[in-house]
Amino acid sequence: MDAKIAKPPKPARVVARLRVNGRDVEPAVRPYDVLLDVLREDLNLTGTKRGCDMGTCGCCTVLLDGRPALSCLTLALEAEGREITTVEGVRGKDGSLHAVQACFEACGGSQCGFCTPGFIMTSVALLDRNPRPSEAEVRTAISGNVCRCTGYVKIVEAIGKAAEMRAAGTRE
Amino acid sequence: MSDRPRRDPLPEGEGRREKTFREIGKRRPLVDARGKVTGEAVYTDDLKLPGMLVGKVLRSPVAHARIVRLDTSRAEAIPGVRAVATARDSAVSFGVLPLSHDETAFAVDKVRFVGDQVAAVAADDEEIALEALAAIDVGYEELRPFLEPEDSLAEVPPELKIWPKTRYASNLFKAVDQSFGDVDAAIAGAKVSIRRQFEFIGVTHAFTEPHCVIAHQDTEERLTVWSATQVPHYLHRALAEVMQMPMHRIRVVRPAVGGAFGGKSDPFPHEMAAALLSRKCRRPVKILFDREEVFYSNHGRHPTKQDVTIAVGNDHAIAAYDIKALIDGGAWGSFGIITTYYNGVLSVGPYRVPNFRYGGKRVYTNKTPCGAMRGHGAVNTRFAVECVLDEVCEGLGEDPIEFRIRNALPPFCTTVNGFRITSNGIVQCLERARERSGWRDKFQKLPYGRGIGVGCGFYISGSALPIHWEKMPQSTVHLKVDFDGGVTVHSLAAEIGQGSDTVLAQCVCEVLGLPLARVRVRSQDSDTAPVDLGSYSSRVTFMAGNAARRAAEQLRDQVVRAAARLTGYPWEGFVLEDERAIFAPNPRVTVTWDDAVKEALHESGALIAKGHYQGPPKMGGTHKGAAAGLAPSYSFSAFVAEVEVDKETGAVRCTHVWAAHDCGRALNPVAVEGQIEGCVHMGLGQALMEEFPYNRGAVLNPNLLDYRTVPPRQVPKVEVLIVETDDPEGPFGAKEAGEGPILPIAPAVANAVYDAVGVRMRRLPMTPDRVYEAMLARARAGARGRARAT
Repeated sequence: MDAKIAKPPKPARVVARLRVNGRDVEPAVRPYDVLLDVLREDLNLTGTKRGCDMGTCGCCTVLLDGRPALSCLTLALEAEGREITTVEGVRGKDGSLHAVQACFEACGGSQCGFCTPGFIMTSVALLDRNPRPSEAEVRTAISGNVCRCTGYVKIVEAIGKAAEMRAAGTRE
Repeated sequence: MSDRPRRDPLPEGEGRREKTFREIGKRRPLVDARGKVTGEAVYTDDLKLPGMLVGKVLRSPVAHARIVRLDTSRAEAIPGVRAVATARDSAVSFGVLPLSHDETAFAVDKVRFVGDQVAAVAADDEEIALEALAAIDVGYEELRPFLEPEDSLAEVPPELKIWPKTRYASNLFKAVDQSFGDVDAAIAGAKVSIRRQFEFIGVTHAFTEPHCVIAHQDTEERLTVWSATQVPHYLHRALAEVMQMPMHRIRVVRPAVGGAFGGKSDPFPHEMAAALLSRKCRRPVKILFDREEVFYSNHGRHPTKQDVTIAVGNDHAIAAYDIKALIDGGAWGSFGIITTYYNGVLSVGPYRVPNFRYGGKRVYTNKTPCGAMRGHGAVNTRFAVECVLDEVCEGLGEDPIEFRIRNALPPFCTTVNGFRITSNGIVQCLERARERSGWRDKFQKLPYGRGIGVGCGFYISGSALPIHWEKMPQSTVHLKVDFDGGVTVHSLAAEIGQGSDTVLAQCVCEVLGLPLARVRVRSQDSDTAPVDLGSYSSRVTFMAGNAARRAAEQLRDQVVRAAARLTGYPWEGFVLEDERAIFAPNPRVTVTWDDAVKEALHESGALIAKGHYQGPPKMGGTHKGAAAGLAPSYSFSAFVAEVEVDKETGAVRCTHVWAAHDCGRALNPVAVEGQIEGCVHMGLGQALMEEFPYNRGAVLNPNLLDYRTVPPRQVPKVEVLIVETDDPEGPFGAKEAGEGPILPIAPAVANAVYDAVGVRMRRLPMTPDRVYEAMLARARAGARGRARAT
């Protein structure tokens, strides 16, 4: 915060060609803008939460080509050419809940809800690559997401139920 | 008229509960969970208002200093800067307790901790705001910082008083001295008397949503403040004082709150800053904390040192507690008067303590303010007491659970300091935890490195007397039904993830015989909601729940009278069930809810009702501080924890917890379990890893990587054991479940560590290095204490 440091000139905005939840969008971003800012501020996708801005809480987790990524540590321009999925993009076309969402709701896996979108995204990615994870695998997968309300008990239960539900072929 | 409890005309006896309750006791998803799993729920930072500016706060880099220069002119000249605010804009002091107003929107003349708020700016964007902060010129003349609580007890010249207006000659904030019975005689005549010292470093809430506020003072001279707060009403009052505005021109809105745990229960300087900035530029101003600022704001559990003596007589009954506490309050008072009392008085249960003495001191230091955190004031002393009791049992050759059962307070009694105990399930809690954990096969029988331990808890279910000594009810609920047939519940009880909206909806549905889908809870807006004092001291289910139930009973009377008019049958015979009014003597006579509502509206144009909860009539002792810890009812809990201690590293792993909690009645078992599981997690963090250390007044770990909480892979298997005792005053018999269950976990783990490796841990957290050192010391000393093959 030293006032004597000369202010560098602001770099010009550039158009980022992003594909978010199956839709092409072209926000104008600074080269240093992180994906979280662009999602929340430019695209109004406020389901993705800002908990720490430094990659320690997992609240801002989104999927990049199906894998969980911390949008607060990802430059928006890095996400060009990749499929970006946020919590707003996991529901069915008819608006129905994803199995993971339905089970978080039913099991009490969400209390204050601020960490929930991040957990939903991590869980969706987990079940897509490992449809029947063991409890240890679930706990490992969610280790980058902080929840302070549930003690993770009902979150782990919800992910297990979602795996069962998907195995049974029902998508609520 | 309808404020007295009523019962449905159903037979007593077996199965009554299932017949009596249609909604209460059912496993329900939280009513707001859908919006949270879809990302639709709107938190404060999700709000965008037209013309909204970015607010940023300039904070002190030093712990204790006089401000000798404060020049904001260069910042104000930066294009895009719309307002700069400092103590020149408001020096009005405020605080959550009327008796300790020692906070100001901005530091006045001096800063009191690293992170203290000195100035704030509102600008068109974040970059300009940060540039403006850097352009503010502050000159500090450093003063001697007070960083250890002992230093704050010494007399100091006025310029070294952290809060200049304190009435003490030192940096003491509050001293409590209480004595009941004859403690010295009880200790002198005891069969066993054990005195131990304990030390607790601070811990913090670490909720996931950073503090956020938006303030807008518009051109009509109305101020609206949206804030992540758990006590909208106290914020409302503090805003009125600081902004010098009548309360009726201020509106407080509480959007969804991303966790609080006590950390959002004070009115905060950044909320005042946003309001002052908005007044200067007449535009909405949002201040969002970064994670580091959340740690500076702290208000977490106080670092404390406890000195506890417990005496037991020849009859193996507890004879006396003698407790001293030195409490490090940080720079502000916050809830500290209450904290000082709670460190003593909340130890008088769940056992009979015939002689009790407490001396507590809370001091100011130049560190981040401490405040209320889950289990407020009770957690550290509870740890000390439960650990000493474990030693007492060992000295007497007693089983720790059997000893606790024999010493348990009975239901419906009065403690030595005047607390009125109503329903009390402590014995059932202990018995169920013992049975489910296989205690008898494990205690003192597991191999070296594995152990099992027990701890209990006792907590208030709301405070009998409110913070503000006024005649106003503690909670009021309004209900409104209109032509759509839906019921709107208006309340200011703050939903912070604990499920308060769900509880209110369930209480209303139970009385009105409606499904939850018929009810919408509006608990966000002070313009439309009647006053509720907020989500702290475990009061919402008990107090707002009672208010909601009573309001619904009033509404029920109006609906059944309408049904009576439509059918010609006497109104007294109608019950509400399954969205119908049914004439009980002849169940074929029914009126649908919608028809009854329309009939009622036809008569009056409005179907509205209110209910309130006032708190019990005068009770408790007459001594100074008699009101502290006085509650209309108390929760009880008993946990058994099983641990594994790594012999090579000293790392403690808690593998199982059997968590028995008496919540009176579980209105929604899903929510009760969630609270207990969350308590286990948070309490285990304090036991094993959470700590809030400083270096020369600066927080050392102000982020969620270095402030470690228990990660998913280290969470034990938690078996929740709900004990129901049907409290006579709680809504449908319910008591609190959100805070009490944090009390037993840490001592249960510490006692299990002793059972595992024979070391008594009296300093939290029990990190591997500390446990390992204790194990080494024990080995060097020749392994006194319990004989156990190693």
